[in-house]
Amino acid sequence: MINIEITKEDEISIITVAGDVDASSSIHLDEALTKLVKESSVKLIMIDGTQLDYISSAGLGVFMSYIDDFKTNNIKMVLFGLSKKVQNVFEILGLDQLLNIVADKKEAKEKLYEIQS
Amino acid sequence: MPSIKLTFKTLISEKGLLRLSLLFAILFWLALIVSDLFLLFAQINQANAGITQEIPYLFLLLFIIFVFFYFRLRIQKAESINFIDLLWHVFSTGLIVSLVQLAIGLFFYLLSDSKLLQNDLAVNFFYHINIAAIIVFLTSTFVVWKRLILYQKNKRLLLIWQFFEYGLLATLLFNFFQSEFQDWVFIGLLGIFFLFGLILSFNLKWIAYLNFKQKWRSILLLALVLLYLYYFLTNLFNFSEEFNLILDLLPNVFVLSLSAFIFIYALISILVILFNLPTSSVFEQKISEVLNFQRLSQSIQKGDNEDQVYNVLLESSTNAVFSLSAWLEIYEKDRKTRIFKSNITDAKIQQVKKSIQESQIFPYLHKHQSESFQKNLNPNKLTANLNDPDYPSTLVVPLVIQDRQIGLLVLLKDVEDGFNKEMIDIINSFVSQACISIENFELLSEALKNERYKEELKIAMRVQKSLLPQELINDDNFEMFAFYESADEVGGDYYDYFRVNENKTAIIIGDVSGKGTSAAFNMSQMKGVFHSLVQLELDPQSFLTKANSALSFCLEKTSFITAAYYMIDSVEKTVTFSRAGHCPALFYNHEGKSVNYFHNRGLGLGIVRSNNYEKYIDVNQISYKPGDKLFLYTDGIVEAKNPEGEEFGYDRLSDVVSTYGSESPEKIKEKVIESLYSFIDSEGLDDDYTIVIIGFF
Repeated sequence: MINIEITKEDEISIITVAGDVDASSSIHLDEALTKLVKESSVKLIMIDGTQLDYISSAGLGVFMSYIDDFKTNNIKMVLFGLSKKVQNVFEILGLDQLLNIVADKKEAKEKLYEIQS
Repeated sequence: MPSIKLTFKTLISEKGLLRLSLLFAILFWLALIVSDLFLLFAQINQANAGITQEIPYLFLLLFIIFVFFYFRLRIQKAESINFIDLLWHVFSTGLIVSLVQLAIGLFFYLLSDSKLLQNDLAVNFFYHINIAAIIVFLTSTFVVWKRLILYQKNKRLLLIWQFFEYGLLATLLFNFFQSEFQDWVFIGLLGIFFLFGLILSFNLKWIAYLNFKQKWRSILLLALVLLYLYYFLTNLFNFSEEFNLILDLLPNVFVLSLSAFIFIYALISILVILFNLPTSSVFEQKISEVLNFQRLSQSIQKGDNEDQVYNVLLESSTNAVFSLSAWLEIYEKDRKTRIFKSNITDAKIQQVKKSIQESQIFPYLHKHQSESFQKNLNPNKLTANLNDPDYPSTLVVPLVIQDRQIGLLVLLKDVEDGFNKEMIDIINSFVSQACISIENFELLSEALKNERYKEELKIAMRVQKSLLPQELINDDNFEMFAFYESADEVGGDYYDYFRVNENKTAIIIGDVSGKGTSAAFNMSQMKGVFHSLVQLELDPQSFLTKANSALSFCLEKTSFITAAYYMIDSVEKTVTFSRAGHCPALFYNHEGKSVNYFHNRGLGLGIVRSNNYEKYIDVNQISYKPGDKLFLYTDGIVEAKNPEGEEFGYDRLSDVVSTYGSESPEKIKEKVIESLYSFIDSEGLDDDYTIVIIGFF
C-alpha cells in the first residue's frame, strides 16, 4: 500500500509518501516526481517520509534515476522524517551521499534554502 | 497352460489361400472335362465307363465352390474399394468371358462345315470352356452384388443374405438327385430363390453415395452386365439346342437362380439410379457442406493460419448457397480492415455497402453491436433485398467472438429473395464454426506465447545458476561455503571468487536490482566485469570504481548493482574490502566470541555514472585470526518478512551468527536458514537467499 500526496508551501512542493514503496508501488512515486519535474516552476521539493514504512531497492531506484534530472533542471530536493530503518536502506546503498537527508521539516527547509543559494 | 491354436488362416496367408483356391478350381475343372469326355466316349462306344454321372457333377460342384471361394477372398477383402471400381470389376470380368465365348463362336462359325463339329467330344470340350467362363462371371458378379447389398448392413439383412447365399450353394446338391425329383420341385426352388433375390435387391443404399458422374457410369456398367448375361444365357441355350451335351449347365437351379438374381439386381439398380439422378446434386451439396464444415473445424489442428480459415469460410459459404459474389471483411486490432473477395471488385463492394446501409439489416446489426451481441441474432433478419441492379438480394452475417465483432460476411445473389431458411442456417453454422476456430487459434497462440515465456524464464534460471562458481576454495588458509536459493522468479544474486595469486584471493558478492531475465542478464555482465578486472590485481576501491564505469555503459538508467569486494591476503592474514552499496558483511571474532558489521561508506554501482564515483567509496582492512569467520549475504536474508510484516533484520542475523560462530561454515549456514525459516513461518521464498561464509584457519 502506498499513499502519495503533493502539496505546496510557498515555493516548495512537498511529496508525502506513506506506506510501502516496493517494486509495484514505486511506479506511483515515479509518476509524482515526473509530474513535478515537468512543471518548470518547481525548483524546490521536499519529500516527507515520516509515514514511510518500507522502501525496496526498486524504490531507491526511483530516487536514483532523478538525480541527473534534478541537476540539469536545477531542482533541489530534500528528504526528511525517515525512520531509522528506512534511512539505513538509503545509507547501505550509499544514496545518503547523493541525496539530502535531514531529520525534520524545519531542518529540511533550512537545508533547501542553504543549497539553493 | 497356454493353448496353442493353429487355425487354417494362420497357417496359410491370404495370398496363399487365393492361389490355392484358384489352383483347386482349375484342377477340378480339368477333372470335370476329363470325366465328362470319358463318359461321353463310353456312351458313344456303347461301353461301360465304370463311372456314374454323379462323378462329373461332384467335380462341377467342387469347381463352383472353389471359384466362389476365390472371388469371395479377392473381392471382399478390401474394405475401401469404391462402388465404381466394383462395377468395373464386373464389367471387365464380363468382357473377358464374352471374348472367350466370341472366340469359341467364331471358331464354330469358321468350322461349321468341317467334321469337327460333328464330333461330340470336341463340341463338349468347347462347351466346358464356356461353362468355366460363365461360372466365373456369375460367381464374381454375385460376390460384388453381395458387397453392394451388404453396404450399411444390419443384423437382419445379414441373416437373410446368409440364408440366401448358403441356400444357393446347397442347390448345387440338387444335381445329384435330379432324376428323382419332379419338375415342380425344380420350378418351386427356382421360384423361392427368385423371390429371395427380389427382396434382397431392394438394398441399394450405396447408390445414394454416388455423385452425378458416378451414377451415369454405374448405369452404363450395369446395362453392360445385363447385356452380357443375355448373351451368355442365349449362348448356353443355343448349345443346349444344337448339340448333344453330356453336361447341360442350363437346367441347373444354381445357375438359373444366380443369373436371375444378378439380372434383377442390375435392373433394379439401373432404375433406382435413374430416378435418383435429379436429386443427386442435393446430396452432393450436403456432402460438400459437411466436408466444408469439417475443414473449418479441423483447420486449426492442421496448423493453418487465420487467413486460411477465412478463405475456407468464404469459399464454402459461396458454394453452399450458390451466391454470385461475396466478400468477407475482417477488422484487425489496429483498426485496419482486411477484405477477402470472391468475384467482386473493390468499387462494387463500396457501392453494395451503401445499399446495405440503406436496407433494414444495417440498423438491426447496429442495435446488436451496441449491445455487444448479448442477445442471439435472428438469422432471418440478416437477409434483405437490395436496391442494386446486379445483386437484388444479400445475406449479411457478423463474425462474433464472445462479445466482439471481428468481421462481416456478405453474400450476394442475382435474384430477389435468394436466401432461403436452410441457406441462412448453413451460413450461420459455417460462420460460428469459423469463429470458434479463430477463437481457438487465438487461445492457442496465447498459450504458446506463455509457454515460450516460461521456457525463457527456465533458460534464464539455468544461465544464472551457471554463472555461480561450481567449486569453492578449501585449502590450508581458509574454507569457503556458499548457499544459494532462489524464488520462483529469476533473481539477481551473484557471488564469485578468483585466486589472484598464491596468497591473494578476491571474493565478490552482489545483487542486481530487478528480477527475471533482465536481472540474469545484468548479472552475467557483472560476472564479465569481475573476471576481467580482477586479473589486474586492483585494490578494492579501484576495482569498484572501474567496475562502476564499465557497468555505467551497459546498465539501464534505473538499474543498479550492489556489490562488496573482499581481498583476502593469506600471508598478511588481512581482509581488505570495499562496499558498493551492498549489505555490510558480518565478521565473527573467534577470540572475543563477538560479531560486528563492517560499516563503511559505499555507493551502489551504476548510480553515479561519472569519475566522481571513487570519492563515495571507502577502503577498510581488518586482520583475522584462526577461527574467525567472514559472513557474506544478500538483502533477501535481512529483508525476509514474517506474516506480521516484520523484517528478519540485522540484529537477528548477528545474534544467530554470534551464537554459532565457532561452528563450521556449513553449520552456521544451517542455523541461519533454520532460524530464518522459523521466523518467516513459511516455506515459500519471495526473494533470493544467498550466503557465502569464509572460515579462516
